[in-house]
Amino acid sequence: MKQTYKCKLRLKTEIAPGIFDYVVEAPEIAAEAKTGQFLHINCGGRTSLRRPISICDFDEGFVRFAFQVKGEGTEKLSRLDPGDVIDIMGPLGNGFTVNEGERAVIIGGGIGVFPLLRLARYHQDAPVFLGFRTKELICMEDDFNEANDNVVICTDDGSYGYNGFAVAAMGEYLMEHEVDMIYCCGPTPMLKTVKQIAEYRRIPCQISLEQRMGCGIGACLTCVCETKGEGMAKYKQVCSAGPVFDSREVIL
Amino acid sequence: MTDRLKIDYCGIEFRNPIVTASGTFGFGYEYDEYAPLSEYGGIGTKGLTRKPREGNKPPRIAETPSGVLNSVGLQNPGVDVFAEHIMPALSEQFDTHVIANMSGNTIEEYAEMAEILSGTDAAIIEMNISCPNVKHGGLAFGTDAAVVEELTREVKKRCKKPLVVKLSPNVTSVAEIARAAEAGGADGVSLINTLLGMKIDINTRRPILANNTGGLSGPAVRPVAVRMVHEVYNAVNIPIIGMGGAICAEDVIEFMLAGARLVALGTGLFMRPGMIFDIKQGLVDYMDKFNINNISEIVGKLELNQ
Repeated sequence: MKQTYKCKLRLKTEIAPGIFDYVVEAPEIAAEAKTGQFLHINCGGRTSLRRPISICDFDEGFVRFAFQVKGEGTEKLSRLDPGDVIDIMGPLGNGFTVNEGERAVIIGGGIGVFPLLRLARYHQDAPVFLGFRTKELICMEDDFNEANDNVVICTDDGSYGYNGFAVAAMGEYLMEHEVDMIYCCGPTPMLKTVKQIAEYRRIPCQISLEQRMGCGIGACLTCVCETKGEGMAKYKQVCSAGPVFDSREVIL
Repeated sequence: MTDRLKIDYCGIEFRNPIVTASGTFGFGYEYDEYAPLSEYGGIGTKGLTRKPREGNKPPRIAETPSGVLNSVGLQNPGVDVFAEHIMPALSEQFDTHVIANMSGNTIEEYAEMAEILSGTDAAIIEMNISCPNVKHGGLAFGTDAAVVEELTREVKKRCKKPLVVKLSPNVTSVAEIARAAEAGGADGVSLINTLLGMKIDINTRRPILANNTGGLSGPAVRPVAVRMVHEVYNAVNIPIIGMGGAICAEDVIEFMLAGARLVALGTGLFMRPGMIFDIKQGLVDYMDKFNINNISEIVGKLELNQ
């Protein structure tokens, strides 16, 4: 039977202003987790909904996730200290579907880069385009470089790395290379553009979506995204049908 | 667990007074993984309509202090799919009573759905006359006593199961609407549905919900719900299903003292999907503390201050 777990916070790092990197002791979750799945976290206080946060990494009884302080819940979560216990449901949702030997491109933006770390490690020869608004907001550059040989850090303002959007850097790459699969997680404008490019070039593309969420397990039908389906299938649950979708299926 | 939690509702024996609130619980499958559905007295299933509905645009949910606003808009596969596929599977796989919830646009639609659901293994039919999130979701039905009485009477003619009318808190007098349902022949009433609310993002100056308004649930509404259950208990003789922000045994006991025979869990399940275990234990502890033999003894046993 599934349950919620009391997980001890072991490591806490503020990796960019307002962005925290947590490692928790969670053997049951680590044993089941797949790349691209998420955790549903009880932040305590007056919150009455858990917060969905994607899994960044897991290994040997530990699970790593990172989040940005956005509101009351994440603010409360950010104030915990190592040793404190966090109430976590998970792993939830469907992860990325990874195919051996495929020629992949990985692209992420902002706090959307975190669930891509394991993909970058698996496809360590694939190019990884990571976009950030500016130099100060770059996260996990060392982790990605350790995982993968072809990481391209991009900044919108040109303050570091590739000068421009990550999608532009990816576009240049696609002009010269055959690709079998694009993996993407990031802000909606990035998802939209990557989806467009992938469809124009007829490259299969998996995108990871975010939505305001309730139960996290498919029952309450609140965290939906619009799809090309009809009737009852028009809106699908991001929590249980996703959070990773075939880009051709969803309407952004 | 124990026979001390057994309770009768509309002539049906429930193994305990805990059920689930329609809309928060899907068709039960997802939650069965966190606590077997046989742990509950019964489950309230997702609101059904005559035809499938795609529901509202997202965002459909927003958090408020100790509460949740939702506007799903009755996304559901339709009553026929439920009757032909979902309900047979539920009764084959799970040992629990199903309270099938339905919403209609017209009296005829409600009556037709009641007839279809009467042919299934559902134990009880819950008639939602108060969905705040769809244009013709019954809210118009649920706020007019004369209409509630007529609707209930017409539906009862074709309903072969106990009919429970779900009441809206968005009315002047919930007791008046409850009396109308009773006069129309309802076998029970359930309350409260959600309170109409709005949450605004001050940066975008727009409501967070795509539908602008939604229904408020969770502990924030509980005192309102308990007060309304109390009022309705004093107004009618049919049994009550109480709901609205119950998240622990103490809350369930409050609802029962106010007059509810069954109490539904809803929004609280999002935080604690397995809370049924603690709640049942808490009920037994309370009975031990006050030498209560069976939980039904506390229904309506509120003593008002003079």
